[in-house]
Amino acid sequence: MRKVPAPALNPEIQPFFDAAVSGKLVLKFCTACSAFHHYPRALCPHCFSDRTEWRDAKGTGTVYTYSVLRSGVPEPYCIAYVTLEEGVSMLTNIVDCDLDTVRIGMTVRVVFKPSDGGAPVPMFTRA
Amino acid sequence: MSIKGKACIVGAYEHPTRKAPDKSVAQLHAEVAKGALEDAGLAREDVDGYFCAGDAPGLGPLSMVDYLGLKPRHLDSTETGGSSYLVHVAHAAQAIAAGKCEVALVTLAGRPRSEGSSGTQPRSWGANLPDAPFEAPYGIVTANSYAMVAMRHMHEFGTTSEQLAWIKVAASHHAQHNPHAMLREVVTVKEVLDSPVIADPLHRMDCCVVSDGGGAVIVARPEIAKRLKRPVVRLIGAGEASKGQAGGKLTLTTSAAARSGAAAFSEAGVKPGDIQYLSIYDSFTITVLMQLEDLGFCNKGEGGKFVADGNLISGSGKLPFNTDGGGLCNNHPGNRGGMTKVIEAVRQLRGEAHPKVQVKNCGLGVAQGIGGQLGSRHVSATLVLERA
Repeated sequence: MRKVPAPALNPEIQPFFDAAVSGKLVLKFCTACSAFHHYPRALCPHCFSDRTEWRDAKGTGTVYTYSVLRSGVPEPYCIAYVTLEEGVSMLTNIVDCDLDTVRIGMTVRVVFKPSDGGAPVPMFTRA
Repeated sequence: MSIKGKACIVGAYEHPTRKAPDKSVAQLHAEVAKGALEDAGLAREDVDGYFCAGDAPGLGPLSMVDYLGLKPRHLDSTETGGSSYLVHVAHAAQAIAAGKCEVALVTLAGRPRSEGSSGTQPRSWGANLPDAPFEAPYGIVTANSYAMVAMRHMHEFGTTSEQLAWIKVAASHHAQHNPHAMLREVVTVKEVLDSPVIADPLHRMDCCVVSDGGGAVIVARPEIAKRLKRPVVRLIGAGEASKGQAGGKLTLTTSAAARSGAAAFSEAGVKPGDIQYLSIYDSFTITVLMQLEDLGFCNKGEGGKFVADGNLISGSGKLPFNTDGGGLCNNHPGNRGGMTKVIEAVRQLRGEAHPKVQVKNCGLGVAQGIGGQLGSRHVSATLVLERA
């Protein structure tokens, strides 16, 4: 498996990775415009309200797009945008399945993978 | 206030080097600045505005201004990646229109080839980047970022690898006439498809080259342009726009070129159908296809059909593009393709492109670029240029 660079943490996003340590995917939800967003911000990128809070995500979604990088790397890996059930898309990797079988629209569920000396990061595998 | 007709491109120079292990980046900036001044028939002392982007060593323009011995009264180091230099031309026209300068120099240079850069390597943009913790762990690089756009475009519109390959084929037809081009061999669709896959669905030949080099342009007041002994190329429209992940409301099959193009065409008072020559940033074949659709040269989703069968080849196709061979075959100095797009458009409008690829009576052209990454966030810039 590819060495996963550790996410660079800061106070604004720390709760996302604290949740990841306990195996939970969380998203920011804005109570002013009733919408989720990702990546998480203190101020809602949709309406610019500061009334944002962390919510548990279901951890399931579908592949919006993907690509397997096959050149210049020790081992191919699959990058993807997954559209979560909550309606937001997140950049991620598709793992623990035959990468040649990944397709747009495939349903996936979150799994957490260790990073290189840092917090675990959410990735997705075939549901 | 419109910039229409307020400024002209009076000098343009592309560095002939494609590999420069024995030169410094600052030296390349100086060499292209000198080349553009000589092309224009101006002296360094005439320059009172200077524009550069992140490829220039140092804090914004500070080190380069000092190194080049300039005394500008207007400075701009707007950084939008590879589209920076198109933005600079537009901003130079704004500054000229406002009386802040009258001869603006824009330079680009870089040595990514000598420094071992590749589109399959992660790039680092420094600490405090808000998106980095949610992207760097997943290994997003230039190639797989654009590949995700291609994959989605194929899914939504049925675009094929064969259609994308036609973009490279057309570029190679042009590059055969460019003695400086890195890749001068004409290739076929089959050869593109047979080249190794870099990031599904993009093959090696869907990707631009990595080259050293640089380029410079000089933007000046029309009164100065008239005085010089060169054909006058006038800026008549410009647009810039950005697009990102929109807080997770992501769509990858439309780029910011839809907005920058509309703004530029509206200011110029022309339509895509009027354009005789198009310089378009070709970091990857998919980059070209997306921008063609978003600028309105064809409907969204019909880019594949539009580029197929050699329709981008000068002389035989309906819309000649990147007649220098573009980033796909000629060069990609500093991993930034915007400058060379302006330069080839200037050559075409002056009638100074290679005779084999020169568009007859070329009076109206567009230079278009995407900076950053189509697969995450980018800035598009569009220039409409006319032969005065």
